[in-house]
Amino acid sequence: MSAEEKSMSIIVTKGSLDWAYPPFILATTAAAMGLPVTMFFTFYGLPLLLKDLKLQLTAAGNPAMKMPMMGAHMGLPNLLTAVPGVDAACTKMMKNLMSKKGVASIDELRELAVEAEVRLIACQMTMDLFEYSLDDMIEGPELGGAATYIEVATQSDINLFI
Amino acid sequence: MADHTLDAKGLNCPLPILKARKALKDIPADGTLEIIATDPGSVADFEAFCRQTGNELVEHSEDDGTYRFLIKKTA
Repeated sequence: MSAEEKSMSIIVTKGSLDWAYPPFILATTAAAMGLPVTMFFTFYGLPLLLKDLKLQLTAAGNPAMKMPMMGAHMGLPNLLTAVPGVDAACTKMMKNLMSKKGVASIDELRELAVEAEVRLIACQMTMDLFEYSLDDMIEGPELGGAATYIEVATQSDINLFI
Repeated sequence: MADHTLDAKGLNCPLPILKARKALKDIPADGTLEIIATDPGSVADFEAFCRQTGNELVEHSEDDGTYRFLIKKTA
């Protein structure tokens, strides 16, 4: 690969369907471009390592989320996002849209990340806090804490917080 | 004639790049990979991919929304 090898790390802190994309897209692409990549999953990013992903989306607090609909772009007032079933409907709509536009699923990107030997670190403190065990997770993640990440970060050329 | 052709039509970022990377692994040194894509972002992305990985983007062309890339495995 590239003569001067660069490396990248990403702190993954968000676990909604939309926010799961940037870290996995960047990690898999960087790995494809020959960079060793480490992803550190903490707080709400940690559930992205669960075997069974149940990713959801909400328009609450997100005025920028506007879906293309019949030639226009439709947003959702915050109040409506509190109605039961609305988040589920938004999630379904987003998944349909993604599949129609040839956007990979998070499951697929995650598999590609594992295949590309992206190093996955599950935050030990978050595991304790939210009561998860490695048995709940896919094969591959190791456990680590802030110091583990900082060591990786000092050796990486690109460090992202998402 | 390329050693292998990858049909990445209908796939969106970053799948054309990820699939190209995988396909390149099975190409012999100095062999060529042809990629057919419909993602307009793939033009800039394949240029960057080749610069970063040291593979050679021999040619690329566009015909009515379909993009064709020819990459020579030089890395």
